[in-house]
Amino acid sequence: MFFLLPLYTVVSIAFGTVDPLLRTPIPVWQPWWWTTEHVSEGVDKVFGLFRFVYVRTFVYVVIASAICLVLGYTVAYFVARYADRRKRTLMLVLLISPFWISYLMRMLAWINLLQPDGYLNRLLEFLQLTSTPIGWLEGRSTTVILGLVYGYIPYMILPLYAFLDRIDPNLLEVGRDLGAGPVKTFLRVTLPLSRPGILAGLVIVSLPMFGDYFTNTLLSGSPNTTMIGNLIDDSINTSGQQPEAAVLILILMAILVVPILYYLRSTAKAAEVR
Amino acid sequence: MSQATVDRTPLETASPRPSTGRLRSWRRNPWRKPRILEAVTWGYIAWSLLPLLVAILISFNQGRSNASIQGGLSLTWWWGDPESLFHDPELHAAIFQSVRLSIATMLIVVPLGVAFALGLDRWHGRGSGVANLTMLLSFVMPEIVLGVAMFLVVAFVLKFIPLGTTAQIVGLVTYQLSYPVIIVRARMLSIGKEYEEAAMDLGAPPRAAIRRILLPLLYPAIFASFAIVFADSLDDFVTVRYLSGPASSEPLSVKIYNFSRGSPTPAINAAATFLLVATTIVIVLAYVGYRAASKGQRREGIDSIAGQI
Repeated sequence: MFFLLPLYTVVSIAFGTVDPLLRTPIPVWQPWWWTTEHVSEGVDKVFGLFRFVYVRTFVYVVIASAICLVLGYTVAYFVARYADRRKRTLMLVLLISPFWISYLMRMLAWINLLQPDGYLNRLLEFLQLTSTPIGWLEGRSTTVILGLVYGYIPYMILPLYAFLDRIDPNLLEVGRDLGAGPVKTFLRVTLPLSRPGILAGLVIVSLPMFGDYFTNTLLSGSPNTTMIGNLIDDSINTSGQQPEAAVLILILMAILVVPILYYLRSTAKAAEVR
Repeated sequence: MSQATVDRTPLETASPRPSTGRLRSWRRNPWRKPRILEAVTWGYIAWSLLPLLVAILISFNQGRSNASIQGGLSLTWWWGDPESLFHDPELHAAIFQSVRLSIATMLIVVPLGVAFALGLDRWHGRGSGVANLTMLLSFVMPEIVLGVAMFLVVAFVLKFIPLGTTAQIVGLVTYQLSYPVIIVRARMLSIGKEYEEAAMDLGAPPRAAIRRILLPLLYPAIFASFAIVFADSLDDFVTVRYLSGPASSEPLSVKIYNFSRGSPTPAINAAATFLLVATTIVIVLAYVGYRAASKGQRREGIDSIAGQI
């Protein structure tokens, strides 16, 4: 109920009309009076004006999720498999701590570090890697992707850890006893067993990234790095543009519906097994 | 902790093979210490936490810069300067707004969530599957979707709710509701039905069984929910920002977001650090409550908490 009313409102506004004088949207509740004006306009924009934004968002999300996966897997693998009891507890506490530190603060920390006269540029100058300060915050894709990785990687590590921790170490020994080397054991035993964890982690990390606008505004703010989230955020704040925001939300949902359903199904299955 | 930790003694390492080089035998040894993995892990932890330490330090900056420490450490941006966290009227008001929103949300969401969890646990008919799954949605759905949707609802449909505190609380309640439901249900699964059934066999009416047996067993989950909902509402800015009315209704998180886009002073760092301290205190309190409430019960370790997320 809590979710359905807001979502239906989005639909009605997307298919609704705009008051010609006040520029406020008028939701249309009955499907048979829906107009497709805004929706077709929005879809046109996706393939026209906004095409680059959509492609860019996909590229950013794919790169950032891939980095999250590789780095996150390494960390989760070490903690689940090699850390002894005390080290494991300490590491888990440190790995969970970003959860209760506000996302804003974590971005703010990078805003501090990446200033023209910030500590990162000073370090680079000290190491003679650059002679002039680098404007990290002036609309660089690298910075935005780094911000996304930094922001979302904790959500990748925990599901991976949960699945890796459940793998019975005896299985790995069986693999070795049967003659597989460390690399082969990893590829043939550990990796397939952790596949659900990888998929869950990827979904948890990449879906919110698609709707992320704040990382981008905070770390870049330049139109060179605009993402889907920024389009929605901009249009919702402009009067008369709210139907466009609603349409963009619907398009976003349409893109994300498959991975969302996959996630819900696999979680439901996991709950049954438990 | 269910599994024995893998702790290998280097028994097998001491079998040098004359035919192969040392590097090769080191590489092939399956029980070698994973030094590279360990270095990457510590490196990651440093990378994830050191920037925060710098940000906290900068909040104690004497100078105006938010990029580096100038002129030593002081409380200028916490207390001294007219633009400091506790003296700037805007920031000062935002602190109270933050605390007000979080406490109200927490007090509404947790009882509601517990009731939902109990209901979902006993509802096996049609639609229960769908209801269960909706609870998981807010984990994966981008927050902007719900934020924009709630904004549209409040602004154009439920026009009697003004944008501002009430709307913000409604939005936060909607967004946060799934946390207590999921935490409490996970706990109910691990408790099982036996205690409640035993109570009813001994003649307790169903309501008494819930109140006297099930609820006390659920206290740890309830404490955890309080902490998570409070901490998360305090930090939330996506939903809250769309539902903010006048500037005076913006909580600290929204202020931090708005100021960060300009050229922030260390007062913003102080504000962020303040939120961090507040959440940490709540988490510690809840942990103490959790320990006290779960005394003598099967205790779930940090592992299982990680597993639930």
